[in-house]
Amino acid sequence: MSSRGLSQGNPAKKLFASKWATTIVWFITLLWFIPSLSLLVTSFRSKDDVFNTGWWTAFGNPNFTLDSYRSVFFGDNGGGVSDGVLPYFVNSIVITLPATIFPVVIATMAAYALAWIRFKGSDTVFYIIFALQIVPLQMALVPLLKLFTGGASIGSFQFFPALGIAGDFAGIWLPHTMFSMPLAIYLLHNFVSSLPREIMEAAVVDGANHFRIFRSIVLPLSIPGIASFAIFQFLWVWNDLLVALTFSSGLDTVAPINAKIASLVGQYGSSWETLTAGAFVTISVPLIVFFSLQKYFVRGLLAGSVK
Amino acid sequence: MSDFIATNVPKFTSLFTAMAAFFIILAVIFVVAGFVNGKIARPIALVVFLAPALLLLLAGLVIPTGRTIFFSFMNPNSDGFVGLENYAWIATDPGVRTVLFNTALWTIVTPLFTTALGLYLAVMLDRMRGESIPKSLIFMPMAISFVGASIIFKFMYEYRDPGDSQIGLLSAIVQAIGFGPSNWLLVKPLNTLLLMVVFIWTQTGFAMVILSAAIKGVPTDVLEASALDGATGWKLFRGVTFPMVRTTFVVVLATMVVASLKLFDIVRTMTGGNFGTSVLANEMYSQIFVQFDAGKGSALAVMLFLSVTPIFIYNIRSLKRERSSK
Repeated sequence: MSSRGLSQGNPAKKLFASKWATTIVWFITLLWFIPSLSLLVTSFRSKDDVFNTGWWTAFGNPNFTLDSYRSVFFGDNGGGVSDGVLPYFVNSIVITLPATIFPVVIATMAAYALAWIRFKGSDTVFYIIFALQIVPLQMALVPLLKLFTGGASIGSFQFFPALGIAGDFAGIWLPHTMFSMPLAIYLLHNFVSSLPREIMEAAVVDGANHFRIFRSIVLPLSIPGIASFAIFQFLWVWNDLLVALTFSSGLDTVAPINAKIASLVGQYGSSWETLTAGAFVTISVPLIVFFSLQKYFVRGLLAGSVK
Repeated sequence: MSDFIATNVPKFTSLFTAMAAFFIILAVIFVVAGFVNGKIARPIALVVFLAPALLLLLAGLVIPTGRTIFFSFMNPNSDGFVGLENYAWIATDPGVRTVLFNTALWTIVTPLFTTALGLYLAVMLDRMRGESIPKSLIFMPMAISFVGASIIFKFMYEYRDPGDSQIGLLSAIVQAIGFGPSNWLLVKPLNTLLLMVVFIWTQTGFAMVILSAAIKGVPTDVLEASALDGATGWKLFRGVTFPMVRTTFVVVLATMVVASLKLFDIVRTMTGGNFGTSVLANEMYSQIFVQFDAGKGSALAVMLFLSVTPIFIYNIRSLKRERSSK
C-alpha cells in the first residue's frame, strides 16, 4: 500500500461525486467535532457558569475567562490541583523525549544490522523480533517491576541486583524503550532494508566501515522512516496510562500529566472547569504534533498496522 | 514560583544528563569499535549494532513473559505454587465472569462498529469534493489520549436530577425530548456501551484513513468498466470496491479486536471498573496493584496473551497471502 498523506485527496477526478455523500460526511464530521468543542468551550467558562448551565448556552451568552487555565497552571485552593498541573506537564516532557529518542536510535541500529550486516540466522532473528509484537505489555509488567525493585533471583540465589530505578524517570524510560522494540525494529527494518544497494556498496568500496556507513548514509536517508516511527512513539508515550501508573509507583515527582489528570477524575469528578482545562493542556501537545506533522503521523500509522 | 523552579530544574537536569550520557557512550563505542580492523571487525560491528536491542527484548519481554506464566501458577506473593488455582478462579468466579463477558462484548461490538463506520466514511469521502477538512476532523480524536477522551465523554454523560438544568449534553438531549435522564454510568449494561462510544470516537478516524487509502488504490479503470456495465452505488461497492479492499478491512478489524482486548485506560478513567464495567486488562491491574495478588493478575495476563495470539497470527497470514498474490 502506498502511504498517502492525509490531506492529499484524489485531485484527478471524483468518479461518483455526489451531494448526498457530501452532506452525510459533513453531518458525521459535525457530530464528531461536538465532544472536542464541549471540552474547549467548557475550559474557558467560569466555575459558576459551568456548574449551573450547559456549555452550549455559552454561544447565546458568551462570557469567557481564563480562570481555569490560571488555576490549572499555577494552582489554587478550590480547583482540586493545589500545585497546578505544570509539574506533571514537565514530567511528561522529561519522560517522553528520552522514551522516544532511545528506542529510535537503538532500533535503527538493530534494523541496520539485520538488513545490511547479514549473518547466518539474521532472518530468523528478525522474525522472532517481529513475532514479539504479539506479547501484550501486560505480560511484562509484574516481572519488570519486581526486577526494578528487588532484582531477579532463583530460589535464594540473586543473579541480578535490584536496579533501584523504580519511582525514578529511568524506571519509566526503560520499560517504554523495551516495549517499543518489536514494532520499532520491524518498521525501521522495512525502511532501512529498502535503501539502495548501490550506495551501500559504493561506500564499502570507498573504505567506509559499518559505523561510518550508519552515520553518514543510513541515518540521513532514513529520516522519513525514523520521523514516522518517532511521532508514533512520542504520541504513544505521551498518551500512555498503564506504563505510567505501573512504573511511577504513584509518585507525584515522576507521574506524567495524563496519569495525573486520570486520577483527578476520580477525586474531583465534579469540578469540570478545572478538569476540562487540564485535559485540554494534556491533549494540546498531541494535537499540535498531529496538525503540524500529519503526513508523517498517518504514514507511521499506516506502516504500523497495514504493512 | 521559586518552589516550582527548585523542584523542576532537577528534572531537566536528569533529562539532559541521560540524553548526553546516552549519546556520549554511543559515540565512544562507535569511535573505538571503528578502529578495529580485519577479521573481527564484522562480528564486533554486529554486536555493537544488535546487542542493545536484543538485551532490551530479552530483559523486557522474553524473560518477563516466561516469569508471568510462572507466576500465574503461584500464590499472591509468588513464593509458593498453587497449581491451577488461579485459572480455576477465572473459570468459576462470578465477578470474573462479568469481566470476561464485558471483554467479549468489547471485542465484538467495538471493532465491527468502528471498522464498518470507517469503511462507510471512506467510501463517502471518495464520492465527495473537498474531503480534506472532514477527514482531518474525524481523524483528530486519534491523537487524543483515551484519558482525555474519557474526560470529554464523562462530561457529556454528566447527570443531574430530572428537571434540573442539565450540564451534560446527553442528559440535556434526553430531557429535552421528554424523558428523565439516568445516571448513565451506573446503569448496566448501558454503561459498557457508553464506554465503547469513547473508543469508537477515537478509533473510527483511524479505520477511515486506512480504508480510504485502500479505496484510492482501487484502479480507476476497473471502476469505470463496471460502471459502463451498469453497476452503480451499492452494487459497485459490493461487486468491485469491497472485494478489492477486503484484506485491509480484515486487518483493520483485527487491529481493533486486539486494541479492544487490551483496553484499559477508558474503563480505568471513567468507572475504575466499577458498576459492572470491568474488562480483562483492568481486572488484571486491580488484582496486581489493588488486591496485591500477583498470581491471579498474572493468570489474567496469560488469558489476555492467549486471546490476542490467534488474531495476530491470522492477521500476519492474511497479509502474507495478499503480498504473495500480488
